[in-house]
Amino acid sequence: MEKRTIAAAVAFTVVAVFFLFSIFLIHPFGRPGQVPMDDHIIQHTQNETGTNNAVTSVVFDYRGFDTLGEATILFSAVAGVLLIFRRVKS
Amino acid sequence: MSEMTKIVKTTANILFPLTMIFGLYVIAHGHLTPGGGFQGGAIVASGCALLLVAYGSPWVFDRIKEKRLAAFESMGAIGFIVVALLGLVFSAVFFGNFLAGSGGLFGTTPATGSTLADFNTGGVLPLMNFAVGVKVIAGLFVIVLVMAYASSIKEWRS
Repeated sequence: MEKRTIAAAVAFTVVAVFFLFSIFLIHPFGRPGQVPMDDHIIQHTQNETGTNNAVTSVVFDYRGFDTLGEATILFSAVAGVLLIFRRVKS
Repeated sequence: MSEMTKIVKTTANILFPLTMIFGLYVIAHGHLTPGGGFQGGAIVASGCALLLVAYGSPWVFDRIKEKRLAAFESMGAIGFIVVALLGLVFSAVFFGNFLAGSGGLFGTTPATGSTLADFNTGGVLPLMNFAVGVKVIAGLFVIVLVMAYASSIKEWRS
């Protein structure tokens, strides 16, 4: 058996063991572990951001920097595609 | 991609306005219903991709230039950052929600608890949804358009 195959088998086994542990140690469905941040957002989002949609308030207000990073990713993707596939002037 | 048959074109003609209306609705009501700028922009861009498949990329490329779309994409990004900087100016926090509760544009505060949806709420969230929506529409459509047009050119290295 080649060394590559053995290394791949060992790596696969280690990752599979970690996934199995994470499956059995995860919290039960519908009962998350630490909830103070969730409770704060659910109770205060209507007063602080003035909207009924808690998800949008998290995405655009509480975690605005994350959305800015997503927009930057899209911008760099468009810049790369335009750089490669731009129409070549003959 | 060349143009397809009359059946596909007619179906695209019927489906295109409905897709536009649904995507713009998802963007405009992003602070009330599930969805937002990213999701609605993806819906509108997929409607434009439907047009691209039905009519072929040269037909679309003659009508919309990729420079215009790239300019719209940059305008959306600049608008997003400008709204965030206005939060820095008016409420001393980057991404601060300075319009929420002010009583003016988008300034109504809904009553606590499960209430009916009021469009005039959300502070800067509808403005950010609009900016991100414009950005995602133009960005995804220019990606699909440029790649489809590049695949239709025979000797594009010349």
